Amino acid sequence: MLTIGLTHYLVVAAILFTLGVAGIILNRKNIIVILMSVELILLSVNLNFVAFSQSLGDLTGQVFALFVLTVAAAEAAIGLAILVAFYRNRGTIAVEDINSLKG
Amino acid sequence: MAAVFFYLFATIMIASAGVVIFARNPVHSVLFLILAFCNGAGLFLLAGAEFLAMILIVVYVGAVAVLFLFVVMMLDVDFAELKQGFIKYLPVGVGVGVVVLAELGMVAIGWRSAPSAADAVANPLIPQMSNTAALGQILYTKYVIFFQASALVLLTAMIGAIVLTLHHKPNIKRQKIEEQNARTRENVIEIKKVPFRTGV
Repeated sequence: MLTIGLTHYLVVAAILFTLGVAGIILNRKNIIVILMSVELILLSVNLNFVAFSQSLGDLTGQVFALFVLTVAAAEAAIGLAILVAFYRNRGTIAVEDINSLKG
Repeated sequence: MAAVFFYLFATIMIASAGVVIFARNPVHSVLFLILAFCNGAGLFLLAGAEFLAMILIVVYVGAVAVLFLFVVMMLDVDFAELKQGFIKYLPVGVGVGVVVLAELGMVAIGWRSAPSAADAVANPLIPQMSNTAALGQILYTKYVIFFQASALVLLTAMIGAIVLTLHHKPNIKRQKIEEQNARTRENVIEIKKVPFRTGV
């Protein structure tokens, strides 16, 4: 209990991942909270990478976590930019109103 | 001592992640997202990834979360209306959450690593080198292509975000540099002969 091993990190990351997935389903109408849930999921993935990197003594996991972070930052910037452009054109960000590409 | 901090960071991180998805006000969601990231950085520190912990603070708390906060505060949206379906989706959300947690829990507790995993280490940790130095050492040599590719991703994201959000209002006067440069003496200056004591 008092020595923190790999399993502790994995359990914490699993709980965080679950909260992110549940957040996407629970906040189906609010795309901002959906984006935040995606960030939580990516954080939990990074936590797994770092935990395995530490436990296997391999730095590659941290390099990969760095790239995941890069992509997550780009994704947040693009997502919010699309959101702002959409709000300017349509005056709403409710997810069920975003259906103009539907045939 | 490390165990105490681990449980502290993990508890606060999971609790604030819960607040992120359950909060009524998205501003509270963003603020608790910041708290979750700070505690995640603490967990990274405990795992020995100092550089990633600092990057998490700088990139996430400093840039991404502030971007979220700007967008939430800029858009004039009735967030109470967006919260409507919460109760309706609660059984599905909790159901999926329980299933995902059960599966991940089984994986997290029951996994075993292959015996050959220890031999497959590509970049072993060097104890006498700081984490940042070791990361830089391989990032700029072995993974330089991927480093440049991620820079390209960021450049694309930056240009894309600017193109998406920039728009010109038609009725605003702007400086037109090419027009200024194209002006010549002939089409700008007109010389008039002014008759004596009459004016133009």
